[in-house]
Amino acid sequence: MPKDTGIGASTRRREDVRFLKGKGQYTDDIPPAHDQAAAVFARSTVANGVIKSIDTSVAESMPGVLAVFTGADFADVGGNPAGWLINSRDGEPMKEPKRPVLAHGKVRHVGDAYAAVIAETEKQARDAVEAIEADIEELPAIMDVKAALTSDNFVHDEIGTNQCFDWGWIEDNRRATDDAIKGAAHVTTLELVNNRLVPNAMEPRCSMASYKESSDEYTLHTTSQNPHLTRLLISAFVMGIPENKLTVIAPDVGGGFGSKIYHYGEEALVLAAAKRVGRTVKWTSDRTEAFLTDAHGRDHVTKIELATDAEGNFLAFRTETYANVGAYLSNFATATPTFLHGTLMAGNYTVPNVYVNVKAVFTNTAPVDAYRGAGRPEATYSLERVIDKCARELGMDPIALRRKNFIKPDQYPFASAAGLEYDSGNYDALMDKMEEVADVAGFAARRKASESKGMLRGFGVNAYVEACGIAPSNLVGVLGSRVGLYDAATVRVNATGNLSVMVGAHSHGQGHETVFPQIVSDMLGIDAQSIDIVHGDTSKIPFGMGTYGSRSLAVCGSAVVRATEKIIAKAKKIAGHMLEAADTDIEFKDGQFSVVGTNKSVSFGEVALKAYIPHNFPIEDIEPGLEETAFYDPANFTFPSGAYCCEVEVDPDTGKVRVDRMTAVDDFGNVMNPMIVTGQVHGGLGQGIGQALLEAARYNEDGQLESASYMDYAMPRADDLPFYIVDHSQGTPCTHNPLGAKGCGEAGAIGSPPTVVNAVIDALQSGGKNVTHIDMPLTPHRVWSAMNNA
Amino acid sequence: MTKVEMTVNGKQVSRDVEGQTLLVSMLREDLRLTGTHVGCDTSQCGACVVHVNGKSVKACTMFAIEADGADIKTIEGMAGSDGSLSVIQSAFQEHHGLQCGFCTPGMVMTAANLLKDNPKPTEAEVRHYLQGNICRCTGYHNIVKAIMAASGQDVSAIAAE
Ligand code: FES
Ligand code: FES
Repeated sequence: MPKDTGIGASTRRREDVRFLKGKGQYTDDIPPAHDQAAAVFARSTVANGVIKSIDTSVAESMPGVLAVFTGADFADVGGNPAGWLINSRDGEPMKEPKRPVLAHGKVRHVGDAYAAVIAETEKQARDAVEAIEADIEELPAIMDVKAALTSDNFVHDEIGTNQCFDWGWIEDNRRATDDAIKGAAHVTTLELVNNRLVPNAMEPRCSMASYKESSDEYTLHTTSQNPHLTRLLISAFVMGIPENKLTVIAPDVGGGFGSKIYHYGEEALVLAAAKRVGRTVKWTSDRTEAFLTDAHGRDHVTKIELATDAEGNFLAFRTETYANVGAYLSNFATATPTFLHGTLMAGNYTVPNVYVNVKAVFTNTAPVDAYRGAGRPEATYSLERVIDKCARELGMDPIALRRKNFIKPDQYPFASAAGLEYDSGNYDALMDKMEEVADVAGFAARRKASESKGMLRGFGVNAYVEACGIAPSNLVGVLGSRVGLYDAATVRVNATGNLSVMVGAHSHGQGHETVFPQIVSDMLGIDAQSIDIVHGDTSKIPFGMGTYGSRSLAVCGSAVVRATEKIIAKAKKIAGHMLEAADTDIEFKDGQFSVVGTNKSVSFGEVALKAYIPHNFPIEDIEPGLEETAFYDPANFTFPSGAYCCEVEVDPDTGKVRVDRMTAVDDFGNVMNPMIVTGQVHGGLGQGIGQALLEAARYNEDGQLESASYMDYAMPRADDLPFYIVDHSQGTPCTHNPLGAKGCGEAGAIGSPPTVVNAVIDALQSGGKNVTHIDMPLTPHRVWSAMNNA
Repeated sequence: MTKVEMTVNGKQVSRDVEGQTLLVSMLREDLRLTGTHVGCDTSQCGACVVHVNGKSVKACTMFAIEADGADIKTIEGMAGSDGSLSVIQSAFQEHHGLQCGFCTPGMVMTAANLLKDNPKPTEAEVRHYLQGNICRCTGYHNIVKAIMAASGQDVSAIAAE
């Protein structure tokens, strides 16, 4: 087995070749069907309004127009559901107003689609959209999460409140947490905002549907991270199209970061339109639509308290969070601020008391849902900012304070005070490594050098633990999930010995086409090049819940392992027959099946051929063919963790922050392809630094999104970011999946924002400014103002 | 409709286009060269960068008729005639300078122009030159590294995998 293609090798990515040659096939690149028509949406320009009337008659008569849809056309179909049912503290189920395909009765955010035109060309459809006469009576916009709770102006009149739920975690711990805080020697309090972000995958969404009347079948090509989940939502909840009549294909997808997990109304619209007009119908989002309608991320307003004894031992964390869910519940919107956030609020610490209260609030803004990290960045930011503030108040070193409270390696499995059982970790080892590779000892000299240039230099540190590998179906079912969160894989050994591996995970940058073959080739002792991955097409793969929550390797990769194990087990039987030995006497190594203690052997290829040409084959005992499927449901979450640090320079004259050094030391368990894992961390760091310093989705009080283009939304560019120092040598394998893998996709975005903010605060303090907090993004204006008001 | 003629990746092409047809639309829709991507509507992402008469240009900022007579090169024209990757393309693969691949054509075209103007750019020069190209996946580390490697510089000291 060539060492450079197996588990642990930095195999170069095979998918790169087509992308580098411009031969990727993203949805918008698919050659147009001969009958292709275009869909364009009419979108609300007001944040909150009553639809008095929509007159489509002029639009309908315009050249090239094939059909015009309004909300009334979908009055009889279902709403796009929330995937997770949350109960409030009083036991009441959350409020779940319908999210229709097209707005009906009311528009609820700028960009909310209330009509759509299907025409021969996109230009004709656009012109016809202009001709739709919509009489929309504008109402005051509901924008502030706290004010919304006392307002009698409702986003959804039928529920009579703007509160979706008021969740307590863990409600039974509330009193003990309150008592611990009351009696504590020291309490640090911090109020903070976790800024709203726009995911901004570089490929805008695109959906294209066709309908075949002869067989009553639909095909939907769409930019999705999880085609089966999209099919399930469309079939079971929204359109009622039977799953066996709907194929969903997500070809090459240009990034997702969460925003392409969800089913969106545009997908349902093009399906309905394809049937109505009997044509292929395609919609491609432009960037402005993406800003207005892709699910946004974060947007929490939080108060956190940390109680300690006089020596700095943590006694309790208590948080109160207002989570903006936007105008409608997106599919994971209710899970993100609760079970992906509240359950992580014990962090890396042995703290005995944790209580989290989250009020989810409807506002007249785009829906908010999981974005890279999803809840865990919010948890980590709150914890690691308040810990830093506490260290300063107690006069303790921020690293020492964290170490003092870390869970120790001999305490695993560890039942956290927020209700999870961490299986493995070694936070001190991560911190040691971080101090080493970041050259923390050299910071003082670097600070001096900065100061001699008139710059303030700060050092920030951070620890995190997250829950990935989402998720044990049993557990999430108890917690309110409406789906199971296993994954599936089929390994098909073809007669000539090459393999097709069908996986439920979907790659939109993660390199699955390279990594899954590394695993299979390692297990079977065959050339990775003879193994192909098939993904993203519900007609070709068994099932799958897709890619998000850093789950592809830990969950789907485990399914690949299980399916490959089944292949080996069956192949051993076939080999046993070929070698006239019991299968229990067959040993499989390096691609050869041999009879233990003899020199008799057959190769994997010979067994494969035998399976498909079953002459002289024990047909009674063994079926011909060599293809196995496994569904893998994890026993627990996985718990990646890390120690990060960062050094910034702040220009005291302008408030401009420059990240000079950024170090990420992560425990991802066993690593399959270090090159790809490092790349995942880099990407997360870029997004995390972006959140800390640059990015903000800003609505004005009328509900207009002021940052709705790359002119106003500050995307991190190459010269905003440094080279990163990344290490994952301190992995403690996950104890419950066969790969020992934990997941790496979100780590960088979780660990970096508090690190950067901690460093900026340290820089300002070093300059004698008593600034204890600045809300992200730390723009020059905010930093300068904080310094000058301190 | 106006007739435009140009050379695209070494081939003579001619098409009738409307006056407001953007170069990027002509490339993608009329010539089916879909490696040139569209990532924004404000000419800021750089996913659409191509070479027009040897200079990198955002193909969404130019009308097709303005490119009449021009010599155009797109990402599809960057590999060797035998299909082998160019030095820059190979460096992107070797140094993992792409993830989802959506920004990649624009990055490669921009990088090629940079290295033509400045054969041995510093890190700061590379980062500055990439200001008009957004990548959401890579955090830029490996893109900058790949471009420096493609210029023949030793990048082994840059924190790696
Ligand atoms: S599409 Fe041309 S710059 Fe974005
Ligand atoms: S590789 Fe995905 S945007 Fe750059």
